Amino acid sequence: MIPELGNFALILALLLAAVQAFFGIAGPALGRERWIAAVTPAVAGQFVMVATSIGCLVASFVANDFSVLYVAHNSNSALPLFYRIAGVWGAHSGSLLLWIFLLNCWTVAAAFGTARLPREFSARVLGVLGTVSLGFLLYTVITSDPFLRVSPPWPDGAGLNPILQDPGLAIHPPMLYTGYVGLSVAFAFAGAALLEGRLDREWARWTRPWTTAAWAFLTCGIALGSWWAYYTLGWGGFWFWDPVENASFMPWLMATALIHSLAVTEKRGLFKSWTLLLAVLGFSLSLVGTFLVRSGVLISVHSFVASPGRGEFLLAFLIVMIGSALALYAWRAPLLKSETGFELTARESFLLFNNILLVTACGTVFAGEMAPIVSLALGLGKLSVGPPYFDPTFLMSILPLLALLPFGIHARWKRGGLGGRGRVLLIALAAAAVIGCAVAFGVFTGAGVLSPVGMTLGAWIIISSLIDPIERLRRRISIPRSVLGMTVAHIGLGIFVFAITSVQAFTAEQDVALRNGMIARDGGYTFQFQGTEAVHGPNYGGVQARIIVTREGKPVTVMYPAKRTYWVQHIVTTHSAIFIHDGSNILVALGQDLGNGRWSFRLQVRPLVLYIWIAALIMAAGGLIALTDRRYRIEPSGAEEAAKALSAGGRTE
Amino acid sequence: MKGRYLIPLGVFAVIATMLALGIEQAPRKDLVPSPLIGKAAPIFSLPSLANPRKLVTSAQLRGHWYLFNVWGTWCISCRMEEPELLAIARTGLVPLIGLDWKDTRSDAITYLHRAGDPYRKIAFDPGGLEAIQWGVYGAPETFLVNPQGIIVYKYIGPITPGAWTRDFLPRLPAAHAVAGS
Repeated sequence: MIPELGNFALILALLLAAVQAFFGIAGPALGRERWIAAVTPAVAGQFVMVATSIGCLVASFVANDFSVLYVAHNSNSALPLFYRIAGVWGAHSGSLLLWIFLLNCWTVAAAFGTARLPREFSARVLGVLGTVSLGFLLYTVITSDPFLRVSPPWPDGAGLNPILQDPGLAIHPPMLYTGYVGLSVAFAFAGAALLEGRLDREWARWTRPWTTAAWAFLTCGIALGSWWAYYTLGWGGFWFWDPVENASFMPWLMATALIHSLAVTEKRGLFKSWTLLLAVLGFSLSLVGTFLVRSGVLISVHSFVASPGRGEFLLAFLIVMIGSALALYAWRAPLLKSETGFELTARESFLLFNNILLVTACGTVFAGEMAPIVSLALGLGKLSVGPPYFDPTFLMSILPLLALLPFGIHARWKRGGLGGRGRVLLIALAAAAVIGCAVAFGVFTGAGVLSPVGMTLGAWIIISSLIDPIERLRRRISIPRSVLGMTVAHIGLGIFVFAITSVQAFTAEQDVALRNGMIARDGGYTFQFQGTEAVHGPNYGGVQARIIVTREGKPVTVMYPAKRTYWVQHIVTTHSAIFIHDGSNILVALGQDLGNGRWSFRLQVRPLVLYIWIAALIMAAGGLIALTDRRYRIEPSGAEEAAKALSAGGRTE
Repeated sequence: MKGRYLIPLGVFAVIATMLALGIEQAPRKDLVPSPLIGKAAPIFSLPSLANPRKLVTSAQLRGHWYLFNVWGTWCISCRMEEPELLAIARTGLVPLIGLDWKDTRSDAITYLHRAGDPYRKIAFDPGGLEAIQWGVYGAPETFLVNPQGIIVYKYIGPITPGAWTRDFLPRLPAAHAVAGS
């Protein structure tokens, strides 16, 4: 009964999405007030239906209803409740439903957020979001119904892929999707502006917080995924240029460019058509990423099992959605006039460079991502493109970006010049170079060419970001939230660059075979193996080793790297033990039983690796701080203000 | 209308065409058979991964069913596949012959040491020339070869437990009475 209810709610949601899309776009175009008025109720109705539907799927998982094929495939009665719920998005159909649910959450937020904007504009935004939702609901209902029944019901489910049974991975997809899907709001704002054929600075001010919010979620989502890969999959790696990682990274690069270009459009009324294009491309890349992951065109860790029809449908949807947005762009963008010009050394120029370099970086990633598909399409056989391609090409556009950043944040708008900050910046650079070289050559040894450069750049970004806030504090001028947010995000970036450079250059790593009581040394630490013991979990059994870690004779910690065997799937997973000491991550992974009490281990000491993820969280926090800037709170009109005051008064009584 | 505003649409049209062609040719695991299926497996003679002085040759494998698995330590999907390969090795139904592709010897050996070694023999192909003979798109790929040296089945991507029971087992006479063709 519950699965049928979920299915029914999904179909109702589909109809409501069609209503929302049609009235939202046609209403303003034909000037029909009543049509416009129908949009918000459709949004509310669709949200309720989608929430009901995903609720039904969760209920089926919780109740172990193995007559539902999707549940039978991705759950098991031995699975702990937490992972039974996470199992909802453990495979294709359910994660699609999660996608749609999050899109609906954003749409409801957008309905509230645009309630005080012109009615036509708000209706158009919701209309565009309705078309996106319509496409995905159609896709789900036609090709990927998660509520399909199987007869007779399975006695027990096949279980969730053990590699997904991890807290990091249970949270990572919702977080990432929130960011992915959030870009649809910026896309909808761009669509509404294009449909209206009008774009002013106000538009940029409305769009900015949505973009920043989506960007912050995307940042957290990517960081979480990378953390998961670090400790379960990669034996200590954190980024693999895997096609699916790239699929989330490309929208992130575009969103970063968009945030910066929106700043110019809001402050100076420039880059209008460019900003629109970025908003369209950001979400388009989300869609392309979804396509690449789900069509079976690319093979990756994350690939969903390809099934006929799914790829074709998604591609058709992609072409309709992106094609019509870009056609609309080609038609309307020439109408948009930029307001004024600017000097070469003005902040506008630096933000333009920022955009060009970020888009170039995104383009190189995209080229690497597409290379196998293109060569396949042209019948040249399949190419494999890996880190040897991505590392250097990506650095080529990112290094200049980092080097220009300190100038960009201090350059003045329009007239240009550094406003007397040139000398301070140079001093900052000198200080950063001292720090960079000292760390690269002093603290660690055996540094390559890139490590002092990377560390200097990282330190320079951090120091130069601090110049402005410090000066404001000294002169007792308040710091606007948007400036504070930018500063925090840039400091996060500086830490990120610094950390990633040190990790790349100074990782101590070795594989050893140890017998009970034997000792190995790595990265200044001593590891003593003290035997193994059996462990028992709810749906797995396994073995863990006991490793005593000391440094210069002093005890540091005891680590328990483990291997688990999941009974249902007969799959063995590795659970590395990680300990953070003096800013370094010590990782011990348990290898194979070599017989006679001997086991193989991987020992790894990576300095500052933790800061890669901390830095990503700092960047995201910067975005969230910028969101709270007063500018983005749309001033309520007098009557509403009074009503608010009244209700507030009522509450205190 | 200015021409330059049409550029994004034009670029997208090209990309969409590529994606469409890509889908057309995409590895259809269960629909379109590889052109190699039903043909003789390439004749090869390659140095063994563990011992460069020893050879792994197709002649040694004649007269036995075997799974020819193309992998590399750099390939993350191969790491995903590893537990299933170990499970297959434990069944003892069919030996796994590995082709370590575009890899370094030390990486591969330490990796197998850690993760476990499902292979009966491993041929080492650092330059990737042998993989071309097999028409390998990207790792992992697995070929099922019969005692006459004919490729019976080719699987692209990490083998899942489902794929093993659905696609491989029915084709294996050791598991069933009839060998697939």
